[in-house]
Amino acid sequence: MTAKAPATGIRGWLLSDSPQSARQARAQRWYLSWLDFRANPIAMTGLFIILALFAVAFLAPWITHSTGLKPVLSDRLQPPSAAHWFGTDELGRDLYDRIIWGSRITLYIVMLVGVIVVPIGLLIGTTAGYIGGWVDTVLMRITDIFLAFPRLILALALVAALGPGIENAVIAIAMTTWSPYARIARAEALTVRNSEFILAAQVQGVSTPGILYRHVMPMCMSSVIVRLTLDMAGIILTAAGLGFLGLGAQPPTPEWGAMISSGRQYVLDQWWVATVPGLAILVVSLGFNLLGDGLRDVLDPKRSGK
Amino acid sequence: MSTASSTLDTPPDRLSGAFRLLRKTIELIASLALTFLGLTAITFTIGRVMPVDPVLAIVGDRASQEVYDRVFLEMGLDKPIWEQYLLYLQQLMHGDLGTSIMTSNTVTDDIVHFFPATLELATFAIIAGVLIGVPLGVLAAVKQGRWPDHLVRVFSLFGYSVPVFWLGMMALVVFYAKLDWLPGPGRIDVYFDDIVTPVTGLLLIDSAREGEWEIFYNALYHLVLPASILAIYSLAYIARMTRSFMLDQLNQEYILTARVKGLSERRVIWGHAFPNVMVQLITIIGLTYASLLEGSVLTETIFAWPGIGMYITSSLFNSDMNAVLGGTLVVGLCFVGINLFSDFLYRLVDPRADSHDS
Repeated sequence: MTAKAPATGIRGWLLSDSPQSARQARAQRWYLSWLDFRANPIAMTGLFIILALFAVAFLAPWITHSTGLKPVLSDRLQPPSAAHWFGTDELGRDLYDRIIWGSRITLYIVMLVGVIVVPIGLLIGTTAGYIGGWVDTVLMRITDIFLAFPRLILALALVAALGPGIENAVIAIAMTTWSPYARIARAEALTVRNSEFILAAQVQGVSTPGILYRHVMPMCMSSVIVRLTLDMAGIILTAAGLGFLGLGAQPPTPEWGAMISSGRQYVLDQWWVATVPGLAILVVSLGFNLLGDGLRDVLDPKRSGK
Repeated sequence: MSTASSTLDTPPDRLSGAFRLLRKTIELIASLALTFLGLTAITFTIGRVMPVDPVLAIVGDRASQEVYDRVFLEMGLDKPIWEQYLLYLQQLMHGDLGTSIMTSNTVTDDIVHFFPATLELATFAIIAGVLIGVPLGVLAAVKQGRWPDHLVRVFSLFGYSVPVFWLGMMALVVFYAKLDWLPGPGRIDVYFDDIVTPVTGLLLIDSAREGEWEIFYNALYHLVLPASILAIYSLAYIARMTRSFMLDQLNQEYILTARVKGLSERRVIWGHAFPNVMVQLITIIGLTYASLLEGSVLTETIFAWPGIGMYITSSLFNSDMNAVLGGTLVVGLCFVGINLFSDFLYRLVDPRADSHDS
């Protein structure tokens, strides 16, 4: 390490052997992780795909046709061409436009699920691990029950009860997704619960919720992020599956799974209607899997290589 | 690791083996019972919050108020909610899942009728997944960091990422519609329908039993495409896990010893390393099998496969809640049972698993 000539400027600050502040140390840790990450072509491919997804979703109004998603019946089921890059569907809507707008729905679903499951998992897991005793037993039993549930079937039954729609699909997916996060958070809480910095906080009189929030939860973040990234593909596939069955997003929402479903009856002669949204799902979930795989190597060295 | 200190404190006691088995079995039964209660609580709740009025579903909307009230009382809907739940449990214990509105049979009969098709499909898928996935995983571990390893990695990531219903549809277009190499949707060709008496419900066994080999081959032929599609995910998962288990073993010192002794590479891998990953593999295979039973919902829809998944989805669209919840419960029970049993097996054979907590 020290054999190299000391770098200067921001790189020097980031690579210095003796960080001057906690902020610098933290920045250094992130920078070193990033250097690891950058050297991993699989992870970089994943990162590129996900960044592209965000860019496409953000830029949707500027990179699609201004006519919007209105049906043009005279253009129905046109094959891919210069005017319609991915062809048109059974109502003459441009598939390229619908795929682009659909990226927003995919992101909306995965982010909503993430926003719901991570706090629930963290709260239950850290509470169980930190407090221990019968609280731990009860909470973990509940977690185990949810962990043992079949995801798609339960989501189906829930959506059947709540009625079809994106929000209900999200609730159903979230209900069957949060439990692994509680397990992860509990394991982390168990390892840090007896460490000195927690003791120091206790001695200073920090309340239990304060310790959980400020000292225990941050320790879980890297495992949780890895897990979340790897879960994203599964969430996308479940949501698309629900959409395909007609239980997720409802027409005319350009949700990719629902688009495959409506393309199904034309699949023999107008293959593009069902093929293109399927490819979109494949690429995006592949992106999340590649990214998660790389993140695991960097953030979670204990389990890397698996 | 925290395991080191705890194993030092308590030296392994071989005499307590039988006691451990007993304790584990009680633990398994307890967690099965708990999970069963959890599962039924959820299906019960879903049944109560659904927008369909359960009384109207039975009496129809032209029934008089008296009839409605009588059925309302008969169904116990006036009782407190926990009593209703106990009643529900009691019915379940008697195998009573209610009557399906769609087929007008009891849901239990329907499930007995539809389940074998799913079982057949999932079993073939898991066989394919194991036969291909395990060798691929071993290959990847042995060639770690070289192109076979990368190929297996990319392939399994693909398997995790592809929407099966889409892939199944594409496969039907290519192999059935365009190339005509494989038969289309369904379990069997139409003109073979209802020839074999269903004893087990498994077409392959029933037709072989009656010596109807033409039907046997037809059914087998029909299985190829849906089973391969369903197998993709399990294949990817099994290959991935086999690789990581094998890598754990190959880095151990006894492998080095075996190599130094001059054993052939084949003996080292298949004779020494592989037997040690068997237990972990069986657990993984059990878990995957459970997820295949569940995952067949989408595959069955695509291939018009008359299994439990199709039963649940088609009941869903007819607001046939008894059928939906009954199907969910049965698939859920299989899933939970296989899951817990694999876990039990793993913990029983590998005591280290107890101290690892995740």
